[in-house]
Amino acid sequence: MSIPVLKFDAVIVGAGGAGLRSAIQLSEAGLKTAVLSKVFPTRSHTVAAQGGVAASLGNSEEDHWTWHMYDTVKGSDWLGDQDAIEFMCKKANEVVVELEHYGMPFDRTDDGKIYQRPFGGHMSNFGEKPVRRSCAAADRTGHAMLHAMYQRNVKANTQFFVEWMALDLIRDEEGHVLGVTAMEMETGQIVIFHARATIFATGGAGRIFYSSTNAFINTGDGLGMAARAGIPLEDMEFWQFHPTGVAGAGVLITEGVRGEGGILRNSSKERFMERYAPNAKDLASRDVVSRAMATEIKEGRGCGVNKDYVLLDITHLDPATIMKRLPGIHEIGLQFAGVDCLKEPLPVVPTCHYQMGGIPTHYSGRVVAPKDGDHSSIVPGFYAGGECACASVHGANRLGTNSLLDLLVFGKSAGDSAVEDLKAGRAHRELPKDVADKTLARISALDNRKGGANVHETRLAMQRTMQDHAGVFRFGDMLKQGVEKILEVEKAARQLEIKDKSMAWNTARTEALEMENLIEVAKATMISAEARKESRGAHVRDDAPDTAEFPNGRNDKEWLKHTLFSPVDNSISYKPVNMQPLTVEAVALKTRSY
Amino acid sequence: MERADYERLRWRCIRRALLELDISLTRFLDNGFDKLNDEEQQVFVELADMEDHDLWYLISGQADCDDPRLAPIVAMLRKS
Repeated sequence: MSIPVLKFDAVIVGAGGAGLRSAIQLSEAGLKTAVLSKVFPTRSHTVAAQGGVAASLGNSEEDHWTWHMYDTVKGSDWLGDQDAIEFMCKKANEVVVELEHYGMPFDRTDDGKIYQRPFGGHMSNFGEKPVRRSCAAADRTGHAMLHAMYQRNVKANTQFFVEWMALDLIRDEEGHVLGVTAMEMETGQIVIFHARATIFATGGAGRIFYSSTNAFINTGDGLGMAARAGIPLEDMEFWQFHPTGVAGAGVLITEGVRGEGGILRNSSKERFMERYAPNAKDLASRDVVSRAMATEIKEGRGCGVNKDYVLLDITHLDPATIMKRLPGIHEIGLQFAGVDCLKEPLPVVPTCHYQMGGIPTHYSGRVVAPKDGDHSSIVPGFYAGGECACASVHGANRLGTNSLLDLLVFGKSAGDSAVEDLKAGRAHRELPKDVADKTLARISALDNRKGGANVHETRLAMQRTMQDHAGVFRFGDMLKQGVEKILEVEKAARQLEIKDKSMAWNTARTEALEMENLIEVAKATMISAEARKESRGAHVRDDAPDTAEFPNGRNDKEWLKHTLFSPVDNSISYKPVNMQPLTVEAVALKTRSY
Repeated sequence: MERADYERLRWRCIRRALLELDISLTRFLDNGFDKLNDEEQQVFVELADMEDHDLWYLISGQADCDDPRLAPIVAMLRKS
């Protein structure tokens, strides 16, 4: 079959923050750049980011990038690479000011500077006291950011392919990346994007969990494509959870609800946080609350038919206070839990929020993978940035407002590196003869299979397995069972069947293709989590408790290393954490406590 | 509505930037949309074309819907 070939200097997959930022660098350098996106760019999930972007501008009080770096290393529980973290924190002011010049409507101080507000974990003077470091545009920072960058791309003649889904990475025998195969949703046509540089900016994969704050679009497409092309995934055991998502929906319930007096209760209506945190109770830190909730559920004190959630009770609060101080919460209860929270408690569960791991990259945005004994050999022609990539700056846990910074800094550096490599002479390489065979075989199998697995049921089985076995608080026996279960789900995910065979706008086919990406991420997460026998950052195991020898369960002697999950044979290898910053002294290991 | 138009609309409802809208719009498509007349369906298409925050604030009651054409469909979305 003859497949159309579109030739570009660069193809970028994903039009959220990282993709748009990369595209600016490439298009403004005069390179012919295509951006593929499943949705219109300003409808990417970056829109949901409200907190702001971290930069030590020092507009409101003294600040310094070395303080930001210290906070980020500490937040990462020392799993972040310190060269990448220095690079990001040092670049923060530059990328924020650039964004301002693109027209981003940042909130302002009275004297016209970018207004900055405090955010959890960001401190002055190496952890001394909170500092105002977050730059925001009201509660629409991510949204405003996308608009500013989209306009800039239009000006720079970036070519957008909207409502296109990238399907597979194209690699040749020497391992060079030559572009992607993709599907136009309106026609169902498969096209080859042949490029000198391929940049992935496909966002996270939070939909592997049953309860996730991530929009439905976060299906880990970039990770799935990378995995199918034999590229390992790094640190996939690390996922950030928020304690209170609406059970069954995932919609976030702000911590302000507990701040206003909300109480968590189990099936006996007991205020269980009194047992776990006698002083702070329901206002204990996110991880303490999440772990307590998970323990209550695991020990059979959850609520509902499946005993799989707890209750957040605000019925004792004054309704007028709720409506005034917690706007939207009443409607969220009605719409997503079917509960009037003025009269009944809300069902809540720890909910997946952010993926720290991803496609392994150098801080230059170049993708790296093990080759000939080198654990970080550059994959020629391949770059990644944003949530799909692992530079690694977030390590075992991400600080709030560092995600928007990540996508700006590493989106830009991926673009810059691609420009550099192309200007150094990287040419279009010959496409392999079987360039689209695997993609066409996958599509054909979906269209022709009879008696296969149902997409919705398979996705649900995966999400339940991930939630129950690799949730916010992990148990050794559950992880072991989880590995077996997810490998069973994988078998079903390899045998999906769709009823709708039409070409145009076949959402059943698109969702099946997304499912094939999700399962790669789910499998990597479960196997990586089972293998890491310590607690660190967001990966907390019941069998790696807080002891004098291993505070917080963290074991630096054995586990100060990055996980690399190989999708080829489901094996795990490790590579060292880079503890050497670029120009400053390393942030020495110590116990992470706030 | 033609099949292709409906499927395009469906994709634009089930893949939003905000999870709240993914759930809310998908539910309405599955349970309320086919009961609308042609004109009402076009109003829904118009709503689905809005920026995510603007639409969610309307549906969640955090913003008032002043447009009499949109208001009945917004009210349905709030109840769906």
